[in-house]
Amino acid sequence: MAIDEKVKEIIVKLLGVNPEEITPEAKFQEDLGADSLDAAQLAMEFEQEFNIDIPEEDANQLTTVGQAVEYLTKRTQS
Amino acid sequence: MKLLEGKTAIVTGGALGIGRAISLTFAEHGCDVAVCDIDVEAAKKTAAELRAIGRKAEAYAVDVADAQAVAEVTDKIVDTFSRVDILVNNAGITRDGLIVRMTEADWEAVLAVNLKGCFNCIKAVTGPMMRQRAGAIISIASIVGMMGNAGQANYSASKAGVIGLTKSVAKELASRHITANAVAPGFIKTRMTDALTEAQRDKMLEQIPLKRFGSPEDVARAVLFLASPLAHYITGQVIVVDGGMMM
Repeated sequence: MAIDEKVKEIIVKLLGVNPEEITPEAKFQEDLGADSLDAAQLAMEFEQEFNIDIPEEDANQLTTVGQAVEYLTKRTQS
Repeated sequence: MKLLEGKTAIVTGGALGIGRAISLTFAEHGCDVAVCDIDVEAAKKTAAELRAIGRKAEAYAVDVADAQAVAEVTDKIVDTFSRVDILVNNAGITRDGLIVRMTEADWEAVLAVNLKGCFNCIKAVTGPMMRQRAGAIISIASIVGMMGNAGQANYSASKAGVIGLTKSVAKELASRHITANAVAPGFIKTRMTDALTEAQRDKMLEQIPLKRFGSPEDVARAVLFLASPLAHYITGQVIVVDGGMMM
């Protein structure tokens, strides 16, 4: 499964939003209704799914779905 | 009435003393138990007792002060039991001594197991509990964490730390229906208190209005209550189980 599809799946499962709402521009907190704990949990789910370690300062930069996909693509390629 | 039917609990230091009583009490109430202890032989014995009363139970060797080991064991437990509903942070040690004689190693060993151990275990179960949107975390503190005790600077500091940790966790995780509470035992008859002299014990007894020492089961029943649905509106609290000693 492509990275963006996997990311979408994780977001749908965690935040209980419709897949159509998940656009690259969608902000986790403002648009998708995530609170700070959801954001922390998202980072944790990404770490587990993609088998990487996401430093706190990186996680704080990932505010939109597109940023997360881009970051995870970069991290899993290197 | 069985209070924990279908639940799974992790009990650290679950092999002996108060931890064993908690494991047995939970099992009697229908709970499956992952018995974690640094003494794996004792943990295996306790797990066998739990299976004898019809519950699923496994023994795990783990030093709670070792974050990596705690994370790995928690993964194994989630694989085996499929869920974690309850964490009981019970593992604890003492290295008593007057502060002028207390070594840095004594301080660090006690803080590492009693306080960092709680942090490590809470951190490890937070993921699974947040996914389940439910959980109960109960940490064993001590009345000396609230009143202090000569000769136990390290132990009392670690137990006071457990109370602060419990309250922060309660606030952080409340929105996910995860409760965090502490039980603060007074003088309970275990290996830990057997180490005291007769004179020390007599002095303690004088200060206990109920005029007897507590049993591990007295503590286990308070933990059972906090782990059960009966306590689902209680979080960030400390229940003192001490025969009225600290009033």
